[in-house]
Amino acid sequence: MGLLLDLFWSFVKIGLFTFGGGYAMIPLIERICVDRKEWISHDEMTDVTVIAESTPGPIAVNCATYVGLKKKGLPGAAAATLGVIFPSFCILLLISFFFDRFLEITWVASAFRGIRIAVGILIVDAAFRMLKKTPKKPASIGILLCAFAAMLLIDLFSLHISTIVLMLMAAAVGLIVCLVKWQTEKGAEK
Amino acid sequence: MICLELLFGFLRIGLFSFGGAYAAIPLIREVVLSYGWLTEEKLSDMIAVSESTPGSIIVNMATYIGSAQAGVPGAVIATLAVVLPAFLIVILLTVLLKDLTKNSVFRFALGSMKACVVGVILATGVFMILTNCIGSVWGVSVDRATILMTAALGAVYFGSRKIVKNGISPILLICLAGAAGVFVYGR
Repeated sequence: MGLLLDLFWSFVKIGLFTFGGGYAMIPLIERICVDRKEWISHDEMTDVTVIAESTPGPIAVNCATYVGLKKKGLPGAAAATLGVIFPSFCILLLISFFFDRFLEITWVASAFRGIRIAVGILIVDAAFRMLKKTPKKPASIGILLCAFAAMLLIDLFSLHISTIVLMLMAAAVGLIVCLVKWQTEKGAEK
Repeated sequence: MICLELLFGFLRIGLFSFGGAYAAIPLIREVVLSYGWLTEEKLSDMIAVSESTPGSIIVNMATYIGSAQAGVPGAVIATLAVVLPAFLIVILLTVLLKDLTKNSVFRFALGSMKACVVGVILATGVFMILTNCIGSVWGVSVDRATILMTAALGAVYFGSRKIVKNGISPILLICLAGAAGVFVYGR
């Protein structure tokens, strides 16, 4: 029980003291779970990052579930996950009660007109950061450009095509490229 | 009824958002606009609020949207729904499929999905900036003040990286943009 509470409480702190979402949380998760509590090793922390990157969902939740599971099985995973979302839940619930009325104040509304511009810039910036990490292979670049063009067309003409469809198509293209590569490698060996 | 929509909408978001909050924004936008939960403007506002409050951005947005649609029960459902796929998949990966992340076929598929996501986010960001500057894209009405603000804020945000190591933080940019907004639009 003590360890469960400790997991919960540590992840409450991680959820409460990090701004800017998942990637910003990883250093604090490392400091608390690896250095201070010694729940997982440095190598495992690297695994956590890989798993968080290759699984869907909020990165903070991926990390919390992994650490909780390692330390105390399913109950541990649940405790850590609930811990990391607890501060978000309380704060945003509170905000949701008065945000609409807050936006009705004239100067707040003008402030948010300005803030919308910042959000556009932040999203483009996030895309550029991810672009830098994308491997510069013809297949990746091709998929990226096609997805960009497709999404722009979807937005411009308000088409009802889900980004999920785009992602699944990309995965299919990836698999085909992978297979073709194997075939040609086999052919080269013969 | 609305609770069921929240459940399925956020399960979909939780299941298909790879690579952090900004990667999830195109999908959140799609779900939220298709159910009519938020307008395009309100969504932008909520991205800013979720970025400036602690915790996971995706969870923050889920809680807010759930609560705005169906009160506390809605908030609970949306938050748990967005978290559940991640929770189950991490457990599955660490217990049953330990080596899946090292599997080359899996990596290929994942790599292509990530490349696709980068293109999708870039398009979403460009489209949002475009609609800010010229209203709805087809009913073009050029908004000079907004174009100038976009250029100025972009220059400050990206330019600051040449001066300070990491440049100014997203939260500081949001504050600056808010102050500039009050000054420019608040008359």
